[in-house]
Amino acid sequence: MSEHESAPIVTLTDAAKHFGPVRALDGVSLSVRPGDCLGLVGHNGAGKSTLVYLVNGGFAPSAGEIAFPGAANAAEAGVRSVFQELSLCPNLTVAENLRISNRGLTGIGWRRPARKVITESLDRIFPGHGIDPDAEVDTLPIAERQMVEIAIGFAPRGTEARLVILDEPTSSLDAGIAEQLLTHIKSFCASGGAVIFISHMLGEVFQVASRIIVLKDGRIVAERPTAEFSRQGLVEAMGHVAAEGTGQAAEAVRHTGEIVIRTEQGLTARAGEIVGLSGLAGHGQAQALAKLFLSQSSNWRAGHDPKSVFVAGDRPRDGILPLWSILKNMSISFLRQIERWGVVDRAAERAMTEEWKKRIGIRTDDVTNPVLSLSGGNQQKVLFARALASTAPVVIMDDPMRGVDVGTKQDVYAMIRDEATRGRTFLWYSTETEEVCQCDRVFVFRNGEISAELTPPNITEERILEASFHMQEAS
Amino acid sequence: MSFFSRYRILLPVISLAVLLAATFYMQPRAMSYFGLNLLFNLAVPIALATIAQMMILMVNDIDLSIGAFVSLVACVTATFLNDAPLLGLLILAALILAYAAMGAVIDALDLPAIVVTLGMSFVWGGLALFILPSPGGAAPGWLRTLMTVKPPFMPMAVVAAILIAFVTHMLIIRSGFGTVLRGVGGNARAISRAGLSVTRLKAWAYGLAGLFGVLAGMALVGLTTAADANIALRYTLLSIAGVILGGGEFTGGKVSPTGAVIGALTLTLAASFLSFLRLSPDWQIGSQGAILILVLTARLVFSRKGDAA
Amino acid sequence: MSSSSASRSPLAVLISRPWIWSWAAAALAFAATLGLTSGRGGGELAYAALSFGAFAAIVGMGQMLVITLGPGNIDLSVPATMTLAATLALRAMGSEPGTAFYGLAIALAVGFCVGIANFALIFLLRLPPIIATLAASLIYQSIAIWSNRGLRIKPPEGLAEFATGRFLGVPNIAWIGLLLAILVWVLLERLTWGRWLLATGQNQRAARLAGVPVEAVRAATYVTVALFASLAGYLLASFSGGAALNMGTEYLLMSIAVVVIGGCSVAGGDSNVPGVWGAALFMFLVVSMLNSYGTGAGVRNVLTGTIIIAIVIAASTRRNRQ
Repeated sequence: MSEHESAPIVTLTDAAKHFGPVRALDGVSLSVRPGDCLGLVGHNGAGKSTLVYLVNGGFAPSAGEIAFPGAANAAEAGVRSVFQELSLCPNLTVAENLRISNRGLTGIGWRRPARKVITESLDRIFPGHGIDPDAEVDTLPIAERQMVEIAIGFAPRGTEARLVILDEPTSSLDAGIAEQLLTHIKSFCASGGAVIFISHMLGEVFQVASRIIVLKDGRIVAERPTAEFSRQGLVEAMGHVAAEGTGQAAEAVRHTGEIVIRTEQGLTARAGEIVGLSGLAGHGQAQALAKLFLSQSSNWRAGHDPKSVFVAGDRPRDGILPLWSILKNMSISFLRQIERWGVVDRAAERAMTEEWKKRIGIRTDDVTNPVLSLSGGNQQKVLFARALASTAPVVIMDDPMRGVDVGTKQDVYAMIRDEATRGRTFLWYSTETEEVCQCDRVFVFRNGEISAELTPPNITEERILEASFHMQEAS
Repeated sequence: MSFFSRYRILLPVISLAVLLAATFYMQPRAMSYFGLNLLFNLAVPIALATIAQMMILMVNDIDLSIGAFVSLVACVTATFLNDAPLLGLLILAALILAYAAMGAVIDALDLPAIVVTLGMSFVWGGLALFILPSPGGAAPGWLRTLMTVKPPFMPMAVVAAILIAFVTHMLIIRSGFGTVLRGVGGNARAISRAGLSVTRLKAWAYGLAGLFGVLAGMALVGLTTAADANIALRYTLLSIAGVILGGGEFTGGKVSPTGAVIGALTLTLAASFLSFLRLSPDWQIGSQGAILILVLTARLVFSRKGDAA
Repeated sequence: MSSSSASRSPLAVLISRPWIWSWAAAALAFAATLGLTSGRGGGELAYAALSFGAFAAIVGMGQMLVITLGPGNIDLSVPATMTLAATLALRAMGSEPGTAFYGLAIALAVGFCVGIANFALIFLLRLPPIIATLAASLIYQSIAIWSNRGLRIKPPEGLAEFATGRFLGVPNIAWIGLLLAILVWVLLERLTWGRWLLATGQNQRAARLAGVPVEAVRAATYVTVALFASLAGYLLASFSGGAALNMGTEYLLMSIAVVVIGGCSVAGGDSNVPGVWGAALFMFLVVSMLNSYGTGAGVRNVLTGTIIIAIVIAASTRRNRQ
């Protein structure tokens, strides 16, 4: 690789991004030059996506500086990003999708150049791809859509691509196609382009990156040429350096009952057990839990004794009923327990809500206040109370601790332990390894499947990271 | 992919062909220049209104006011455009702009299109009543001549339908601008991420709908020679049905202008066919509903098969 | 928006109630009409408003429940259902005395079947409610035309007397509308079922994940709106001396308009029973006001449309401010 003589494409100096009190990115300095291929790794919440959005111009930094030498903005500098979530228009053809991001294609007969450009780009990256540029995107299998998205990322669109950010680009590609992509990235960088490569497949990162940056808690904790990292060293750099002193292992031989949950995927849980789900975010844990809950409850009937309850982590989408008070938000899951002839017993409702407000410590002087008047953490407590107040023997929790402060977390952990010893089963997906380490058993997910089942004393951050990232050689 | 979901235009074409064959079988005399003219006479305004509705469905909205709007245009055409052509043209241009503004407001304030267009249907209907409290007016001579012209080989209605389909196909399917408009229905986030203004694009889509609504009203008056404030109220339903029959979807920007025109022709023909069947006129409306449900069921079956394959 | 509820004055609390606006508007229209006659005919006007408003209120409350189910939920088959139920009920009664309840049962049975059919189309064929109820309404309309055969059958005398009669100076129809309003209010505010409905309308996915049987709720709601429409059709036909094929036409837009004007959220999850009644009165009073001022139907419609859109815009800016 040639030495970096030319000017950098993008330079970040002490760039930070805060969302309210959350420091998603806490002072990052970085410059990307032509020819660089940067591997970007980090665990959930390390700040990878925030960094990507700063570089591609999606966010403005809260503090610090970001500069594109020789260009006014990211688009002009030739910065492109290819995301995991598909950003194609499914009703348009492959060539037509190029038109969306390339306004240079105008006039009569724009299709011919569009077809030519996209086909050339596909041919260059994925030789022998067999994708028809006139096929509508929603008729293509998911892997081919991902290929189209990558090809559009690298294709000339008025400006040439100079820095392409690839976020988990190989997640839906098979090994052969992924290999083609890696080869292309190498030649693209060799000819003066630059790439930021994010992947949970560490083999790929080692194969393609010239430099690896490790992010943790919004900071760069390590930045070295790839050759100076070993795989084990990389995993250690991502994790917490200090040894965990959770002391949970002593309780490892807790008495648990018979198996109450068994899914096709291989997820099992016993009565009274706290089962953790882990792995990188977006690898199928949330879907597995939602599917499990939906299969245990009905669209048509709600009995007096539900089999399970659900605690949502994505509050606006899955949990909060925004027009209602705290009271009604909490009672919705136990209405059937306190109704008489279908009429809500409002005194009992009030009493139960007040009790749980006290037990879980929701900060409000009046439970009839709107639920949206609460902070995020207190809203989450309402959802916890909703679940714990019901009589359901199984509690399914989809990353419920987002935005909850440390004190509350400790309270809730204690409450969960307490309920578990009384025979309740908890299925707990968390993006925070610390929480998962408190579970009796842990399933690690990767690519929508269970990649490991861990039991004490093997429930450690290291083991979980190992199972989350693909450690094998990418070939 | 199943054959039918790959070539979604096939289902509407087959429906029209089958219906046409059945009509000719029942009434062989219809297989002539004048027969066809009679069968499809009223298809032109319906086809134009269907295209207008398609523009709205294309950007994931629905227009419950198109029938009232076409009625209003008919009233304007039969009065102002006939008496004071320049003023009439100005009014029609203002109506198109009003439609575009409606689209911009709906997107910018994130309003439910159903309710806004419903409210607008009161407004259009009220204006129409205001202009023409009782049926009357007269079609401008040139419009009358245009709508009753007798081209060689094919009757006016068929020529016009082909022309409408061709022009809108070029505009919506072939042109780069039309592609971006369809993209709004497919994935509005991708459009705004590419740096385009969704509000402006929606205004364009609504403006185009207004344009075709105006053409529909003018064509209608050219055929009927007079107007009244309720002349085209049923176009709201017909236009939605026409788009759906033509293979369009309610969401996702999946529309086909050719299909929409074919859908409009099918609906027009269905009415004639039912009268040939000597089916009591009581069932005419109901059979339109039944046809709509049948086609949607058929499509569901095909798309299920497509998923399974 | 928190912590202010305790310190607000009673007036401020009253103004913050969304239903107050439709009642205030109705009162204004009432006063404006009477202003022209310098106060004469106030009793008659109120009586007429209660009679005609009741039909709009009954239909509107049904539509309100459906709209409460959330975005995209709407029943466009209301007019056809009204006509069909009225036609079949009057034919079954055949003007024979003593058949009023038999006719009512027929009308409600029609409503029940229509509701089931509508929901079957929505659920089984996965059609958007707007198109499913639209297509189905064409069929109901045809059945009504076919069974009516242009005959105008008079309602049984007793029933007609009841429909046009009064009790304690208030039209019987309005009593029924009031009774239904109380029923709907209890359903929404006191019953588990109502909580489920409101939860579904706010966020169907969240409601489902909280254990609400959302499809059962939706099915019951589509049946309820059809029952309300069929009852309104039955009463309207008895009131006006027979069923007419176009008797339901104006109630399509009316039913949606009163829901919007009544202060219910078009985005779902927020019902407002008193507001719908107020809006129903307003819709009648504004027409009579404009009539007494001599304005034509055209101006009236333009005004109605403008009011609907203005309210939707006002509601959306309020939502955005929060």
